[in-house]
Amino acid sequence: MPTVVSVENVTKVYDSGFEALKGVDLQIEEGEILALLGPNGAGKTTLISTICGITTPSGGKITVAGHDVITDYRAARSLIGLVPQELSLEPFEKVMNTVKLSRGLFGKPKNDAYIEKILHQLSLWDKRSAKVMELSGGMKRRVLIAKALSHEPRVLFLDEPTAGVDVELRKDMWDVVANLKADGVTIILTTHYIEEAEAIADRVGVINQGRILLVEPKEDLMQRMGQKRLTIELQDAVANIPDALASYDLMRSGDGMALIYSYETTSSRTGITTLLSDLQKAGLQMKDLQTRQSSLEDIFVDLVKEEA
Amino acid sequence: MNFQAIKAIYVFEMARFFRTLAQSFLSPVLSTSLYFVVFGAAIGSRIEQVDGVSYAAFIVPGLIMLSVMTQATSNASFGIYFPKFIGTIYELLSAPISFFEIVIGYVGAAATKALFVGIVILATAYFFVDLQIAHPIAMLAFLVLTCLSFSLLGFIIGIWAQNFEQLQLIPLLVITPLVFLGGSFYSISMLPPAWQTITLFNPVVYLISGFRWSFFGVADVDIWISLMAIGIFTGICLGVIWWIFKTGYRIRS
Repeated sequence: MPTVVSVENVTKVYDSGFEALKGVDLQIEEGEILALLGPNGAGKTTLISTICGITTPSGGKITVAGHDVITDYRAARSLIGLVPQELSLEPFEKVMNTVKLSRGLFGKPKNDAYIEKILHQLSLWDKRSAKVMELSGGMKRRVLIAKALSHEPRVLFLDEPTAGVDVELRKDMWDVVANLKADGVTIILTTHYIEEAEAIADRVGVINQGRILLVEPKEDLMQRMGQKRLTIELQDAVANIPDALASYDLMRSGDGMALIYSYETTSSRTGITTLLSDLQKAGLQMKDLQTRQSSLEDIFVDLVKEEA
Repeated sequence: MNFQAIKAIYVFEMARFFRTLAQSFLSPVLSTSLYFVVFGAAIGSRIEQVDGVSYAAFIVPGLIMLSVMTQATSNASFGIYFPKFIGTIYELLSAPISFFEIVIGYVGAAATKALFVGIVILATAYFFVDLQIAHPIAMLAFLVLTCLSFSLLGFIIGIWAQNFEQLQLIPLLVITPLVFLGGSFYSISMLPPAWQTITLFNPVVYLISGFRWSFFGVADVDIWISLMAIGIFTGICLGVIWWIFKTGYRIRS
């Protein structure tokens, strides 16, 4: 797929001397959903801010559909919609007016039919004449999304779209994102809810301490780095792992009532069949078996820990 | 030029004005009426004429200037400070618009509001005094220029301010005293000679004097000097705004 946003060796040093971005390279593909994961202060928001024009990068080059964000900022910015992390909205203004303002700011002529469509899509139509301050937090988040979509962007940045949002609304938000993707919008979202990336992203980027650690298709990442664990529950506790099983990568649970076997899903032989027959030979009685795939969260924690 | 964006900012800012129309409209009418009662009736009965003009009429240009300058400054400073305060400035910064388009939108709206207030005060004045405007076009030009230049000043204050206290600081500590001491309610010739000289360092003197000339054909200082003064003031404001634009001062990190 063609690249729509290209970030090359971008650095950002704040006046305080804090280095928020240390040479970031990132190619965002047209039509994908990219989740940027990272702990607090990793540089997620700074990266988005430099792409969107809120912060000036200290070095490097950013283009949006080939337009440089500094020298050709009008063309670049008109393609981008931004949903910020904070619920920043004019409190006394009506929903409809604030959305119309956004469309105007991006130089688009009036189009009431389109505004009506997105307000319906975001379940905001009934609230169009309500003042922003009368809305709940979740509804305000939707207004921010409506504002970002009001000028028909090709690329949408969602900075922590589901922070502080209840479970039901989070699922709704995921549906909204899925619909946008179906319409061909490229979506970049930052989150520290790993389940969110797992649920909706096509690719996952991990950023920590101002550096991109990796960007990979979600499935590849989980397959490549994913480990499975087989937990074997025993009839009777064992004091230690029998010598006959010493060649396996086994761990004993604290109470000795279970053995845990880790294996790679990608290898041709997992070793489970021989392990089970060796268990029997060693005279251990099995009560139950469980397998568990490591989640993106485990992968993420491992990566960030390695970095530190 | 992104005219749609300028229009969007202008319309949005004017909507705030119309939302609080009672406040925007009634407060200048009320305060002007009070000034007429206090200065015109109470003090005016003891001062017959100033430069051949009845005192009540004499203070009209000063009153209009007083309100227009404070309204333009406070409207423009609040207009740009509020988005900074509540965080909606992100949208202005990420939109495909130049800094000058932002300035035109905000300053244009603030100047329009101030002009509206000035006209309302002028209309109110007609209820209290007999007014003849000697040079209507010059009067309008002075009014519009003052609205614009003080809106520019307000915009700079709004960018500079980091809290509501700072937002009030300059209008309260600088503009109000300068306007009161700038001959709003008296002619400079009424002051002792030493004070007359000191007063000439007050830029507002030139604005009020020029504006008063457009009403009555008499002025404390030459009309061309007045025009030059307002030109220099506007030039300085534009220069500061250009510098803000170049450096991104207090807007873009």
